[in-house]
Order: sequence, then structure tokens, then C-alpha cells
Amino acid sequence: MIRFLLLFSKQGKLRLQKWFTPLTDREKKKVIRDMMTIVLARTPRSCNFLQWRDLKIVYKRYASLYFCTGLEEQDNELLSLEVLHRFVELLDKYFGNVCELDIIFNFEKAYFILDEFLMGGEVLETSKVAVGVSLQEADELQETMEEYMSKPMY
Amino acid sequence: MSPSIPLQEMIRAIRSARTQCEERGVIQRECAVIRAQFRQSDNDGRSHNLAKLLYVHMLGYPAHFGQMECVRMIASPRYSEKRVGYLGAMMLLDEKQDASLLITNSIKNDLSHSSQYVQSLALCTLACIGSAEMCKDLAPEIEKLLRASNSYIKKKAALCAIHIVRKVPDLGELFARTARSLLAEKHHGVLHGAVVLITVLCECSPDTLERFRKTVPDLVRIMKSLVTSGYSPEHDVAGISDPFLQVRILRLLRILGRNNEAASDTMNDLLAQVATNTDSTKTVGNAVLYETVLTVLDIKSESGLRILAVNILGRFLLNNDRNIRYIAMTSLQKIVGTDNIAVQRHRGTIVDCLKDPDASVKRRALDLSLALASASNIRSMMKELLMFLSSCPPELRAETTSGIFYAAERYAPSQRWHIDTILHVLTTAGGDVRDETVPNLILLITNASELHCYTVHKLYRALLSDISQQPLVQVACWCIGEYGDLLLRGECREMEPVEVTADSVLEALETVLQSHMSTPTTRGFALTATMKLSTRIMDNVDRIKSIVSIYGSCIDVELQQRAVEYNALFKKYDHMRAAVLERMPVIDRNSPGHTNGDSMGGVIKELEVDKVKQRETLLPQLPANQVCDLLNLLGDSEESVPAGPAQGDTVPVQSITTAKPIGGELLDLLGGFEPTPLASAPAVTVYEKNGVTLTLSCEKQSDSAVTVTLKGCNSSDSDVTSFALQAAVPKSVHLNMKAPSGDTLPAKGLAHVTQLVLLNNPNKVNLKMRIRISYSSQGSSVQDTVQIDSFPGLS
Repeated sequence: MIRFLLLFSKQGKLRLQKWFTPLTDREKKKVIRDMMTIVLARTPRSCNFLQWRDLKIVYKRYASLYFCTGLEEQDNELLSLEVLHRFVELLDKYFGNVCELDIIFNFEKAYFILDEFLMGGEVLETSKVAVGVSLQEADELQETMEEYMSKPMY
Repeated sequence: MSPSIPLQEMIRAIRSARTQCEERGVIQRECAVIRAQFRQSDNDGRSHNLAKLLYVHMLGYPAHFGQMECVRMIASPRYSEKRVGYLGAMMLLDEKQDASLLITNSIKNDLSHSSQYVQSLALCTLACIGSAEMCKDLAPEIEKLLRASNSYIKKKAALCAIHIVRKVPDLGELFARTARSLLAEKHHGVLHGAVVLITVLCECSPDTLERFRKTVPDLVRIMKSLVTSGYSPEHDVAGISDPFLQVRILRLLRILGRNNEAASDTMNDLLAQVATNTDSTKTVGNAVLYETVLTVLDIKSESGLRILAVNILGRFLLNNDRNIRYIAMTSLQKIVGTDNIAVQRHRGTIVDCLKDPDASVKRRALDLSLALASASNIRSMMKELLMFLSSCPPELRAETTSGIFYAAERYAPSQRWHIDTILHVLTTAGGDVRDETVPNLILLITNASELHCYTVHKLYRALLSDISQQPLVQVACWCIGEYGDLLLRGECREMEPVEVTADSVLEALETVLQSHMSTPTTRGFALTATMKLSTRIMDNVDRIKSIVSIYGSCIDVELQQRAVEYNALFKKYDHMRAAVLERMPVIDRNSPGHTNGDSMGGVIKELEVDKVKQRETLLPQLPANQVCDLLNLLGDSEESVPAGPAQGDTVPVQSITTAKPIGGELLDLLGGFEPTPLASAPAVTVYEKNGVTLTLSCEKQSDSAVTVTLKGCNSSDSDVTSFALQAAVPKSVHLNMKAPSGDTLPAKGLAHVTQLVLLNNPNKVNLKMRIRISYSSQGSSVQDTVQIDSFPGLS
């Protein structure tokens, strides 16, 4: 299973964190610090995989954001690259040409999208279309109550 | 009350803050407003207040005052508030917080809500932060939802069930039957969830795994339809139909086919088909191929299929993409033990990867190269490894040197090659070698008696060029000391003759002694070498005398002691000098007290016993009690050799092991602090007197290693202090006593003292141990000895 998923910028600012195992705040902060240090130090054309403690770390850079995830021993690293890519595609579909600012100003949306795609550390829905449809329907439930929150804005 | 600003205004304000201080100010103001608004029960903007708080939390600021608000919002009837409330719960609460229990009821209610989106919120939160208790409470609900008609809910329930089974494996039984029926679903999301659920169930319990073997034909059928079906726009990724599902099915097949002939046969055709037909131009195709290869290599596949799998890995090795090369090497590492010949075919490519600029790839290549070293390829392999050593990143150096030494030891074609290799490593990366290298190398050199002349010449030349690499300098000094006469003779078959004078040799040693780069240990080596040369080189004894006497007033106590003793050797015991400093006997690898992993202890014991005898004659004022103790233990039993701490080439003054407990009092206060592993063998009481009991239990660690745990306890009414244990074993057994947990046994058995003893018995002699127990009780000191002839738990 995926243990955690982190999104952070080149400057070391955290944009999204999802933890699939219970960790204390201190442990989470340590992991974030370690991940940022290790990943940001890698040269541009390096291998996307590395070993950290007993986990396999898979990271990929999309524009100014680093997507970093920690896997267990049994997991397929190449497939997790596809998982990261799929997540980016979903964000792109929802926000329309997504960029880092979208994720900053609409972070709760990013979480909702993630929760429709991954759950409990495993892939939940393998169809791009299905995720998009359920997000739209959930948002419509909101439209009737809180118009303000649903509009992605800068 | 200041008006609350909208979420996005706040984010903009925080981002435009120019300093950390300014940012903190903005956040503190906002948090104050948010806190005030939380206290108000009825509020329209509750959801975006919480969202603001969550943003602040992501920046790293404390946000625990929002936990109760999350609980309240989850219970709200409005969907938008529930949504943010559950998000807040997942971010701020975890199973360790008490507040998480409060949401159990809300989750339970929401699981049976009419709207599937509310149900999904509850399922998602349960799968994220569900504690064991919550899982036990809600498992029946989840099982019911697994049988719902709605695919959207079913897939989420499946993943929630996975979390439950991971947290509470016993609940697996509850989901097993439903999981089986889910395999008939058409919806890919549900199918994927079902496959993962079955995988987790099988991993948890071997019985369940047996039952699920019957599903192999179904899985094969599903996989076949995925592979051969036409283009499905919904699930297609670069030509592969639903790679996520394919990979999970392959992984489940791997678990089901492991160690089972029948299941493996059923999947053979499918695996062959996937391996040959999958398009490997994109990452996604390679992901599926990779999983297929892992499955083929793990089940009982037929040999043709195995060769196909290894060939795929070989193709991966030649791929331009670094990621693919990395995982190819990782996989080859797993099978190098079993399919060595197949992997050897790709040795060239693997060795080439040592030159790859990427650090991850280099590491994998190193591991694999070391695993592939064998007697037939050792020469070429070593050349590559040595080249790698000179340019490898610092974090890999220690590993590389250890690997090279290990390979050289196992497959050295000749002793000269072996010595050359080790010397090369010492000159290139001397600073990163392990400590045992020096005595190992010395042992090797003494054993290669025909090469003494060659070795000492080579070492002398290395010493002249560079004295910064400490292990090299230490070995060089030792050799020059031992074989100085061969050095001066100038003739050597294998090397060009070079004129070496006594003066230049002494000058080299003096340089080492005086250099600021030399550690005290190295200086010790150099001083002893200088001393030994006094018998080998006849003409410069005065110079040696003066060098030695200078160090008689050295600040370093060890050097000073040596110098003073050597001085005494010159003055009072000159007649004994030749005998004392004569050439060392060849140390036999299997000599008493020598063990493979710890040859250090063996060499030192020999040196120690010899030198102690020398010292007895030299300095009768050595602390008499220690020498006497040594003699006592030796006297009691002809075969025992006392244990001594191994410490380089220094002669241990205290050869009895009584390691002082550090902060012994503190450890006793802490009571239960015992750094010992749980004794799995029964404990036997070996000593009982005055209320003090000593129990012994032992555990076999490997064929020749045993860990003995000694536990002292005091059931009398008064405390026992200065409790210490000493042990002696037969000569061929190696003993290593760890520091005891303390030296006081409080009265009435309030706490124990535990001490670990590691024994290594390579010659498999009859294991016996004599233990001396000494302590003070009620003002008087007691000393007793017990002999243990049979150890409990050892066959």
C-alpha cells in the first residue's frame, strides 16, 4: 500500500499531505523534512526511485511541484509512477490546465479529488471518467448550499 | 469582533507576507477570529472557517482547537459542512486522539445515509483514520455495504474493508465470502477493490489463502479478457487496458501460485501471453511486464517461462530509461541466489551500470556485482570494482570496501593477488575500511610466508608515498617491524631491486611517529616496529634507543607506557631483548580462540598470552591482584583462557572482563530497564546463597553462536552491592561479555541485574563455563565460583 503522498514546491513549501498510516505530528514533520531534503537534492535526470528506511520512495516533478510517495516493499514502483500521473491528469481535468496556484487556493478540492482516486493507500477507481463524474455530482450537492466554496478562484 | 475574511483572501494575505514574522502575525489574527467564531454555536460561514484552519495547519501551525469543530460539523445535516468536517477529521484527528472516538457514531449514521456521497465520506474517513475499536464496531455495516447494489458504494466499502482487515486481521473471516462473489462484477473499480481485498485476506491468514486458490481460474479469465479485449476508452492507458487492475491481478496470482504446482500450471499460459504481447515502449507497459516477471520468478513456473522472464529483465537492463534499469537490477538481485547462471549472462551490462552517473543505479549495480563475483570471473570483476572504488560516491565506499574484501577472501586465485588487492584498496580508500581489516591483513601476510619479502617491499614503498591512510600505515609499520631484515637485503624476486638502508627505514618510521596525521594507535604500531628493528638491524641501535626514550615522556599514556617498558628492555633486560622481540609465529587461522568473524580476538589472545608472560618478567610491579586473578583462573582449570576485551594492538592491562556499568544506579532506579532480549529458553538457577540467586538461560543464535543471559536476583532483606560476574570458557570457545545492567541488587528482589554473554563455538567442543560471582552483602564481601557443565536449551 501507499504509505503517504506529499506535494511540495521546489522551494520546500508543502502543498498537500495525505497519510495512510497513523503517525504522530512529530513523525509526520520528520518524514516531510526528510523527503524534501532528499528529493530536492536529486539531479534533474536521476532515477525516480530511491530507498529510504524500509520504504521505496517514488517521486516525479511536474512543473514546479514535486509529487512524492512512499511505498511498501511489495508495491510496483513503475505502476506508482502511473498513479502519480493519473492524479495529475485528474487535477488537470477538474481545474482546467492545472498549475500550482490552483492547488494552493483550492487545496480542499485537491483533497476531494484525491479521496475519489485513492483510499486506504490503494487505488479506488481506475477509470478517469468515473472520478470526474462523481466529483461533479458531489459538487452539485454543494452548489445548492454554499456557492462560494465551490468556484475555483485565484 | 473583526469580520472574518474569505478563505482565498486569507491565503493571499499569507502569501504576500514578506517575512516569517509578518506571516505569523496574519495567522495569529485569523486564528483568534476563527476560535471566536467556533465558540458561536450558530454560524453561516462554518465550513470556510474550518477550511481556513486547515490551510493554516498545512503550513505547520498548531490547529488542535479545531478538532471539536470537526466533530460538530460532521454531525451537521448540510453536505458542504460534512464534507469539510470529514476532511478536517482526516487531517487533524488520528486514532491516537480521544476525539476520534466521538465521530464513530456520526460515521455509523452516515454509513446508512440516503445520499451515496455522504456514505462515501464516512467510508473514506473510516478507511483513513479508523482505529481498531472503530473498525470492530463498524465492520458489520461495511460488510452489508459490500453487498449493496450500488457499484460506487461497493468499491469504497471494499477498500474500507481492506483497512479493517489490516487493523484487525481476525475480522477477515467476515469479508471472505463476499469478497469471492465480488469477482463476478463487471465494474472495474469494484473488481479492483475485490482483488486487493482478496490479496490482503490471503496475506493475513494461510487458511484463507488455501480457500482462495479456487479463484485462480476466475482471475486468469478476467486477466485474459483485459489483455485481449479491444480498446476501451475509459480504462485505456497508452494501449494497455486498465493497467492498475492487471498489475493487482498478477500480484494476487503470485501469492496464490507460490509453492503450489497446480495453481502455477493454470496460470502458465496466461503469463506467457502477457509477457510476450505487452507493449514495452511506454512505462505503463513496462509496469505490467515487471509485475509479470516478478510473478513468474516467484511461482513454480516451467523453465521456459523462467528463461523468458530473465530475458525480459536483461532487456530492461539495456533500456535507456534509468528507472527501468534500476528495477531490473532490483529484481535480478532477488534471483541471483537461485538463478545465478542466468544472471551471469548479463554481467557485462551490470558492471557497465557501475559507471552510471545516477546514485540509485550505482548502488544497485554495486550490490548485484558483488553478488555475481565468482571464482571464474574474480579477476576481471575485481578490476571493475577497484575502478569503481576510485570514483564512487562517499556513501557507498564502506560498502564497496567490505564487499571487495569479502569477495577477495572467498575467490582469491593466489595469495599474491589477494595481498595486492587489499593493498590497492587501502591506498585508494583506506579511510573507509572496517576496523577488522588491519588484523585480517596481518594474518594473511604472516600466512603467506613466501611473499614476506615482496609484501614488505611493497608496503615500504606505499608508506614512503603516503602516510595519511591509517590502516595502510598500521599494516606497513607492523610488517617493517617484523620483516625489516628482508627489506634491507634488497633482493626480491618479483620486484626491481631497490637500495634500502637502515637509516631510511628508521626515518620512515620516525615520520609516521611525528606526523600529526597519525592516530595514537598508528603511533603505537610504529613505536613497536621501531623497537623490533633493534634486533633485526644491528647497526643503528643507538638511534632506536633515542627514538624510544623520547616517547618516555609522551602525553599519550599508552605510548608512554610502551616507551618506558622498551627503555627498560634496553637497560635492565638487554639479555632478553632478542628473545622477546623475535619473529612472531605463524598464526593459524583455526587456532584456539580464533573465529572467522572476529579474528581480532584470536590474534590478540595469542599476543596477549605471550606478552603477559613477557610483562611478568619485565615489570613485577604490575597490579599484582590482576595478574594473580589471571593465574588463579588459569590455575583452576588447565583449559580455560580468560576473556579479554579486544583493542587493537595494545596489550590489555586488565584482562578480566568486568565492564563498569555506566550509571548503574540510574539503571537500577529505572527498575525494569533491562537491555536483554526475551529469553526463549528456560532459565536454570546455577547459584543460590545468602538470598542471592543467579539464573542462566541461553538461546542458540546460529550453528556456533549462543547467547547466554545471566540474571542476578536478591531475595534477602538487605541490598547487595558491587555485584560483578566474571566468566571463563574452554580455549576454543570465544567469549564476549556485554556490560551488565547494573551492579546493585536491591533487597527483596525489587530489581534484577542482567548480563549478556555471547559465545562462539566454531569447533563445537563441549560447552562449559566457569563463573565467578563477587558481591558485598551486609558489609562483608563474598566471592564464589560455579561451574556450568550443561546449558539448558542446547541440544
